[in-house]
Amino acid sequence: MNMLHPLIRRLVVIGNGMAGMRTVEELLKRAPGRWDITVFGAEPHVNYDRILLSSVLAGEKDVAAIEINSREWYAEHGIRLFTGDPVIAIDRQARTVTAESGRVEPYDALLIATGSRPIVPPLPGLELPGTCAFRDIADVETVIAAAGQYRRAIVIGGGLLGLEAANGLTKRGMSVAVIHLMDNLMERQLDGEAAKMLQRALDERGISFFMNGQTEELLGETRVEGVRLADGRTVPGDLVVFAIGIRPNTDLARLAGLDLNRGILVGDDMRTSDPAIFAVGECVEHRGKTYGLVAPLWDMAKVCADHLAGDADTVSDYNGTVLATRLKVTGIDLFSAGEFLGDESTDEVLFRDPARNIYKKLVMREDRLVGAVLYGDVRDGGWYFQLLREGQKLGSLRDTVIFGQGFAPGADAGAAVAALPDTAEICGCNGVCKGTITGAIVAQGLTTLDGVRAATKASASCGSCTGQVEALLALTLGKDYAPAEGEKPMCKCTDLSHEAVRSEILAQRLQTIPAVQQALDWASPDGCHACRPALNYYLLCAWPATYRDDAQSRFVNERMHANIQKDGTYSVVPRMWGGVTSAKELRAIADVVDRYRIPTVKVTGGQRIDLLGVKKEQLPDVWRDLNAAGMVSGHAYGKALRTVKTCVGSEWCRFGTQDSTAMGVALERMTWGSWHPHKVKLAVSGCPRNCAEATIKDFGVIAVDSGWELHIGGNGGIKLRETDFLCKVTTEAQVLEYCAAFLQLYREEARYLERTAPWVERVGIDHVRRLVVEDAANRQALQQRFLFAQRFAQTDPWAERAAADGAEFRPLATVA
Amino acid sequence: MSTEWRDIGRLDDIPRQGARVVTTGAGDIAVFRTLDDAVFAIDDRCPHKGGPLSQGIVHGHAVTCPLHNWVIDLASGQAAAPDRGCVRHIPIRLEAGRLYLKAGRAG
Repeated sequence: MNMLHPLIRRLVVIGNGMAGMRTVEELLKRAPGRWDITVFGAEPHVNYDRILLSSVLAGEKDVAAIEINSREWYAEHGIRLFTGDPVIAIDRQARTVTAESGRVEPYDALLIATGSRPIVPPLPGLELPGTCAFRDIADVETVIAAAGQYRRAIVIGGGLLGLEAANGLTKRGMSVAVIHLMDNLMERQLDGEAAKMLQRALDERGISFFMNGQTEELLGETRVEGVRLADGRTVPGDLVVFAIGIRPNTDLARLAGLDLNRGILVGDDMRTSDPAIFAVGECVEHRGKTYGLVAPLWDMAKVCADHLAGDADTVSDYNGTVLATRLKVTGIDLFSAGEFLGDESTDEVLFRDPARNIYKKLVMREDRLVGAVLYGDVRDGGWYFQLLREGQKLGSLRDTVIFGQGFAPGADAGAAVAALPDTAEICGCNGVCKGTITGAIVAQGLTTLDGVRAATKASASCGSCTGQVEALLALTLGKDYAPAEGEKPMCKCTDLSHEAVRSEILAQRLQTIPAVQQALDWASPDGCHACRPALNYYLLCAWPATYRDDAQSRFVNERMHANIQKDGTYSVVPRMWGGVTSAKELRAIADVVDRYRIPTVKVTGGQRIDLLGVKKEQLPDVWRDLNAAGMVSGHAYGKALRTVKTCVGSEWCRFGTQDSTAMGVALERMTWGSWHPHKVKLAVSGCPRNCAEATIKDFGVIAVDSGWELHIGGNGGIKLRETDFLCKVTTEAQVLEYCAAFLQLYREEARYLERTAPWVERVGIDHVRRLVVEDAANRQALQQRFLFAQRFAQTDPWAERAAADGAEFRPLATVA
Repeated sequence: MSTEWRDIGRLDDIPRQGARVVTTGAGDIAVFRTLDDAVFAIDDRCPHKGGPLSQGIVHGHAVTCPLHNWVIDLASGQAAAPDRGCVRHIPIRLEAGRLYLKAGRAG
C-alpha cells in the first residue's frame, strides 16, 4: 500500500448493508476523523437490519423499526451517502469508482461489501407475475402486498430463511406450503431428530410440507398458480417465494479483475488480491469458506477496521468464525452450533424429553465440545457456544454438561448468566456481550427490557436471548427490576406466568393443586385467593376425566352454585334453553317464589328469570323444587357458559332467514355446564337485523339466507367491543363444530379471568382463524376435546347438591 | 348470661380450607379450619361491607372476603394492608377432635 498518505485519506465503501456499515462503525470507534468516508448503496434505503426482514414480514416490526443508522447519523459522522446509486465500475489504476449516476469518486482505500444475491433457478414459468425472493425490503413489500390479495403461498426452500418466510406468511393470514429438496428441514444446521421436531411444530401452525421436492416448473397463465415437482406432484399457490440460498455478489470484483472463486478471495487481513481493496461480508471467500450468517460479518468488520485504522502491531487477523444458528420463529426455540452432525471421531451425549418437546445433543471429540443442537430449551445455547469456541477439555464437567450451566460444578443454579464472563456473547443477532448490557443498564439507568433493547440492540432482533437479558436486568438491578406485562407472575405465590404454569401442568402431568404448588415451588403453603381458583380451572381443563374439582378453591358463587348478593343472600337463575320457557316452568317458578318468600323476581338480560334474596340455607330446597319441574342450574354464577340469547327467527318473524331459536337451543344443549377462564355468553340472531345482539357476545351467530355468519370476541361490558368476523358456514352441524372448537381454544389458551375479547385482541384474530377455520384437522381435534370434557361437565350441580346432606348450608351449631 | 366454653361440634364437620357458621343471638360467628388443621373463630362480618367471611377462600391462616377481596388474618382478625379494619376474635379450642367456643355473652 502507498505509505506516503496524507493525514486524511479517502475510503469508499461499496454496499450500504450490514457488513460494510459495521466496518465503518468499527472504524469510527478506532480512528474517528482519520478517514473521509463515502458510501454507495444500491437500495434506496439507509442501512437496515436485514435479519429482521422476517419480523417485518411477520408483522412484528415495521420497516422504520429495522433501520440501523439514520441519515442524520451519516451526516453527523461526515459520511457522504449515495443511496439508490450502485457502483458499476472500479478503475484500479486511477483508484476511482464510477456509479450508475455517473458520479466518479476517488479512493485511497476501497471496501467492497456487495453482499449476496438470492439463488433463483432457471425454471420454466419464471416470467409469470407472483414470484419473488426474500432478500431485501422490496421483496418483503412485494410479499406483503401479495398477502393482502391472495391466499396461498409457496416457499421454495426449507432452510433458515425459507422457514422464517413461511412463518411470516402464515402470520399474514396465508396458507403456506414449503417445498424442500431434502429429507430434513434446515439440514445445514440440524440433525434429523431436531429437524423432525421442528417440522412437527411448524406443521401444527398450519404450514404444509413437500419434502424431497424438486421444483420443475411454475404453473399459470397470466399469474403464477402453482408449481409442479419432478415426481409429478403439483402444489397450488398464488405467490412463490424463493429461499433456496444465496450466492456471493462478485460482479463488480470480476469486472475489476480481482481474484475470485465462489466469492471474492480475501486474506486473513480482509484484503483482496489488490492491497488497496478490502472486502467483507457475504461477498467474500476466506480460506475456502463463504458465510451467510451475521456473526462472521461482525468478526470480519472488526479485523477490517483494525487494518484500516492502521497501527500495524495491534491489528488482528481473521481466522474464520464458528457458527451458531438460532431460528427466528416466535415460540420455536432452536439452536445449533459447530459440528452438530458428528462423525466417527466424535461421541454424542443426548437428552430427550418427548413430552416436553425437548431435545439436546452435544457432540464431543477428545473430551472437547465441538457441536451442539438444542430444541425446545435453548437457554444454555450461549454457554455451549462459549465452551465450543474456547475448546477447553471438559473434564468433570462432562458428567453434567448436558443439563446446562445451572448444574455445572460450582455454578449457582438458576444464575447461569451471572457466571458468564463479561465478554460472553448474549445476543447473537447483534453481537452484544454481557458486559455491554450490564454496563448500559448501570450507565444509562435502564430498568426495562425495552430500554436495554433501545440502548444496546440486545434481544431486539429474534428475541431468543430475552430470558438472559431479563436475567441480567434482574441481576444488575436486584429488587428494582419488575418484569414487563405478559410475563407477569400469576400471583405473589410464584414467579411463573399463567402460561408457564399451564405448560408445566401438562408437561409434568400434575394432577392436583398441592402437586402443582409443590412441583413449581409455590412460595405459600396453600396458595392464595388469586391462584387457587386459577389452578383449579387449569387442572380441570387439562384433565377433564380425572380431575377432582376442589370446592375450597372455588369462589363462593361457584361453590354455592348461586350468586352472592351484597347482603349475603343469593340469587338463583334456572336455565331456560335459548330463552324459551313454558307455562309449566313459569308456574313452578311462581310456586318457589311463594313457598320461600323470595322478595324479588327479575327478568335478566340473558333471557331468563332471576330469583333474588334467597337465604343460604334455603338453596337446596329451592333447587330441589326447580329440578322437580325439569329445570337445571343456569350457571349464572360461574366462570362458565352462561346464556344463549336468541331471537324468534324464521319460525315466527317475517324477516327471519333461519330458525335461530332452535340453533340457540342446540348450542346451549351442547355447551351448558362447560367451565371457562371467564364467563361466556352466546347469541343467535335469525337475520342481519341482529335482534339477539350477537355482535357483542363471546360467540355470536347471525343467520343469513345462505347460512350462518360466526362472530367472536365481543363484549358488552365495561369495555364495549364488537365481535370479529370469524367465517361463514352453511349447516347447523358446522355452527356447532366451530363453536365447540372456538370455545375449546379459548379454554386452553386464555389466562384465568381473561374474557374472550381481550384474549382475541392479545393473540389476534388471525391466530384464531388459523387454528379454527383454516386447519380443519385442528378444528376437529379441538371439537373432540371439548365434547370429551363435556361428558364429565354436564351434570346438574343443583341436583347433585340438593341430594347431598347439605351440611355446608346449615349452621354448625347455635348458641344462645 | 355468662360466657362459657360450649361444645359446637367436631373438627371433621368443617372442611379443610373451609369454614362453618355458628349462629348466636349476637350475630353469626365463622369457624375456620385451615390446611394444617388449625381452627379460628371470628365474627362472620367483614369490617369493610359486612360480607360473610365464612364463604371466602381460606389460604394459609387467612381468609379472603367474597364480596371485595379483603384479606383477613384469622389469628389477629386484622385486615391485610393496604386495607384497614379488624373483626372480633372469639376464643376457640380443639380437644380430642371436638371444638369448644367461648361464647354466649350477654346481649
